[in-house]
Amino acid sequence: MAQPLVKKDDDRDEEVEYSPFFGIEKGAVLQEARVFNDPQLDPQRCSQVITKLLYLLNQGEAFTKVEATEVFFSVTKLFQSKDLGLRRMVYVMIKELSPSADEVIMVTSSLMKDMTSKTDMYRANAIRVLCRITDGTLLTQIERYLKQAIVDKNPVVSSAALVSGIHLLQTNPEIVKRWSNEVQEAVQSRAALVQFHALALLHQIRQNDRLAVNKLVSSLTRGSVRSPLAQCLLIRYTSQVIRESANNTQTGDRPFYDFLEGCLRHKAEMVIFEAARAITELNGVTSRELTPAITVLQLFLSSSKPVLRFAAVRTLNKVAMTHPTAVTNCNIDMESLISDQNRSIATLAITTLLKTGNESSVDRLMKQITNFMSDIADEFKIVVVEAIRSLCLKFPLKHRSLMNFLSNILREEGGFEYKKAIVDSIVILIRDIPEAKETGLLHLCEFIEDCEFTYLSTQILHFLGIEGPKTSDPSKYIRYIYNRVHLENATVRAGAVSTLAKFGAMVDGLKPRIFVLLRRCLFDTDDEVRDRATLYLNTLGGDGAVVETGADVKEFLFGSLDIPLVNLENSLKNYEPSEKPFDINFVLKEVKTQPLAEKKAPGKKPTGLGAPPPGPPSTVDAYEKLLSSIPEFANFGKLFKSSAPVELTEAETEYAVNVVKHIFDSHVVFQYNCTNTIPEQLLENVTVLVDASEAEEFAEVASKPLRSLPYDSPGQTFVAFEKPEGVPSVGKFSNMLRFIVKEVDPSTGEAEDDGVEDEYQLEDLEVVAADYILKVGVSNFRNAWESMGSDFERVDEYGLGPRDSLAEAVNAVIDLLGMQPCEGTEVVSPNSRSHTCLLSGVYIGNVKVLVRLQFGLDGPKDVAMKLAVRSEDETVSDAIHEIVASG
Amino acid sequence: MELCPLIKNILLLDSEGKRIAVKYYSDDWPTNSAKEAFEKAVFTKTQKTNARTEAEITMFDNYIVVYKFVQDLHFFVTGGENENEIILATVLQGFFDAVGLLLRGNEDKKEALENLDLILLCLDEIVDGGVILETDANVIAGKVDSHSMDSGAPLSEQTITQALATAREHLARSLLQ
Repeated sequence: MAQPLVKKDDDRDEEVEYSPFFGIEKGAVLQEARVFNDPQLDPQRCSQVITKLLYLLNQGEAFTKVEATEVFFSVTKLFQSKDLGLRRMVYVMIKELSPSADEVIMVTSSLMKDMTSKTDMYRANAIRVLCRITDGTLLTQIERYLKQAIVDKNPVVSSAALVSGIHLLQTNPEIVKRWSNEVQEAVQSRAALVQFHALALLHQIRQNDRLAVNKLVSSLTRGSVRSPLAQCLLIRYTSQVIRESANNTQTGDRPFYDFLEGCLRHKAEMVIFEAARAITELNGVTSRELTPAITVLQLFLSSSKPVLRFAAVRTLNKVAMTHPTAVTNCNIDMESLISDQNRSIATLAITTLLKTGNESSVDRLMKQITNFMSDIADEFKIVVVEAIRSLCLKFPLKHRSLMNFLSNILREEGGFEYKKAIVDSIVILIRDIPEAKETGLLHLCEFIEDCEFTYLSTQILHFLGIEGPKTSDPSKYIRYIYNRVHLENATVRAGAVSTLAKFGAMVDGLKPRIFVLLRRCLFDTDDEVRDRATLYLNTLGGDGAVVETGADVKEFLFGSLDIPLVNLENSLKNYEPSEKPFDINFVLKEVKTQPLAEKKAPGKKPTGLGAPPPGPPSTVDAYEKLLSSIPEFANFGKLFKSSAPVELTEAETEYAVNVVKHIFDSHVVFQYNCTNTIPEQLLENVTVLVDASEAEEFAEVASKPLRSLPYDSPGQTFVAFEKPEGVPSVGKFSNMLRFIVKEVDPSTGEAEDDGVEDEYQLEDLEVVAADYILKVGVSNFRNAWESMGSDFERVDEYGLGPRDSLAEAVNAVIDLLGMQPCEGTEVVSPNSRSHTCLLSGVYIGNVKVLVRLQFGLDGPKDVAMKLAVRSEDETVSDAIHEIVASG
Repeated sequence: MELCPLIKNILLLDSEGKRIAVKYYSDDWPTNSAKEAFEKAVFTKTQKTNARTEAEITMFDNYIVVYKFVQDLHFFVTGGENENEIILATVLQGFFDAVGLLLRGNEDKKEALENLDLILLCLDEIVDGGVILETDANVIAGKVDSHSMDSGAPLSEQTITQALATAREHLARSLLQ
């Protein structure tokens, strides 16, 4: 015990020499801080104590509220000292303590005194501190000084005020906006940094006024901005202006392009790079516009500074995604970067080369990469794997060497994400390049022989079950699969059993052997494995006779579960054990529209092995429960679809009403969600009068009024219509809210007895074709499309007329049809001239529908569309075309 | 895209990845443990690289980190993934050179800790709440040192006066530009 203790002491001695803060302890330092209260201040000693306090804070030591307050108060005493250095430390300390509002008052007067001091350093720092800790009320008091400071002749003071303005604009925009004149004057300053700060603030003040920003940019691009940082800002503002005006210019030269190009000859590297990057990011940039930018970036590639090489190769890498040919000139410089000391640069160079390389250079590149892979981190390897995948899709003839490369790296050490990226890539290549299938499957088989990741093993087994039986010699995969039953954990074993069953179902010749194997699985130690084996033996007729597998058995084994798992989970939770068995057909198929945040995320990644993303929890169940609890609607049958709420009132009106359309087979129910936003009113007997004169096929059958609607607690009233069964009737309904209004005494909250009848006009409501289509995704569109067959395929072409963009046209059609976009095809890559969008859904009457939309730009703005529909019913295919034709 | 260049943090670590002085300007790392985790990640990622002659650069977790080492001092500046790399490098160079001036060429951990007040003031002069205040090392060092001038007598009177004179001169020159 004694030995290590002595040793520790030794260490200590060394450390003491090393750090002046060794053995520092918060309690002791707080004690030391009492010197701040001495009548005779020792500035040097006080500075040391503050440094110690700051050291503690910097090391992540937390002060309690009481401690912080105490330190703060004693620090404020130090304003008495005239020592410059100490004052400086006091400023930093106050900022670090971020005092509360009542504490701020304690130092305000001291800081305001410093703000008007003759010493520049005091003024600059006092402004920064005060603005950091102040709130809006104090700001009006010091506003005058701040405006003066902005135009102060000392650049440090001016910058301090301007930077503080940038921060304050977030919290007190209305005050800072009043400083516009002073800020504008500061933009003309001769001091570089002042100009930079003034420009940043001026732009932020005006950022919502497009015209003012335009003016600012056009005047400054003509003049001479001195500071490189300010020039960078100006480049950013200019590209923003270009971006926003791009829609207005039909032809001719891009405004301000000359300015950007001129900046490529600036003497500061940061400006050159900023301009080059801005040019590469221009919307629809032409190769003529790109050339000068690429040339300067190419020069950077051979710079001695890693930062320049990195910046250039990163930008060129992005350019290569959209304009690979523009980057090919840099290939020789890029190849020398493969051996760059900095691995980030090397990886970016490799992936750029993979994007721009031509077919003949593939083999040479692969050789270089093989040497390089062993000494980079997993995250870089993933980037390389993804680049190789896209290269292989581009040059299918090269699949042999690329697939070999993938299988080699699959055998090497690596984490889960890396292995998953490789497996995903192989799977995608197998799917898209038929010649690569057999070798790819064998590589996967070899991989699962020694795979430590359960998830990957089961995914590969599933994939083998689908693809393996279709190969020329399915029997060679059986060994690999059955080995899993011996060697792996229960999850993988169960997966292997299912895969065996699929081989058995598809390949009659293998059936007897499969049955033998499956029977052995009946003695497994795990329930799930045994259950699956029993189930498959029975469905496949494992009693010995080799019979052809029936269509419904195949559907059972191979069909995808067309129900969102969340919905199934909810239904199972709601299911109460009873005589009636659980019926999967009653589970809702609707995928609820994804929340906005998720939609924004670019979903353009190939899904690989992954199934379609599970739908978020739905409110459909809630609707169904609500409706079935109302006796009037109980006999309408199963709810087909509920729409998203449609607002029938403007925001911030007296009464807020939105409507949800519930579609049944031969009925439609409108659910009006009403909110009363007037505290002095109570509404009673609330109904909606619906005029269906413009909806001929609909007849009102029932309505359910809302008895009372107090302030701010939403309630519902319903109206039901009958319509022809199974027919997608459309129509327009006008709505009038009718109710009895009673005054409420705000003090007591009691309503008067007498009420007045009143009406309130709501906006019109339409039932459209999309209401009759459920958003139901499919996991593999191509498989689904092919298995649907072309019997009821209907193809036609449409002109959509001038549109703002291709993306806008695509979204319009998706909204019109109300179907689920598949495989991320709703995202249109910018600048593309054509796009294919895949949709799937279920039409009323439970008819599956698949739609393939091909969009193309015809002339500058006109969008043409080819619409191909496949469904299980030709009338439905026709109906889809009708929707598009009439929309 | 963020229009004004912003600095996410500035770190000064020792040769074992321990903090000497750090300053965070972004809420991306709300707790001290998040900050420490980031510092550890940055340190392990960069420790094997040679960033002694030229500033090096790396990218991870959607941040760009530029860094430069001298003796047992490791300097880092972090920005968002869309930031202009060269601007970040300029800030790093400003910080690096200013510390060099303030430590009078004795750039090591011991000297840095003994002059921690100067380093903290230096950080305070470079960036304010993420916005770049100043990138010229001479100006930064000049601003920091002019404050400590009156406080106490430095050990090597001669050298610091000289250093100050040059710093002042540089300051004056840069203001006249």
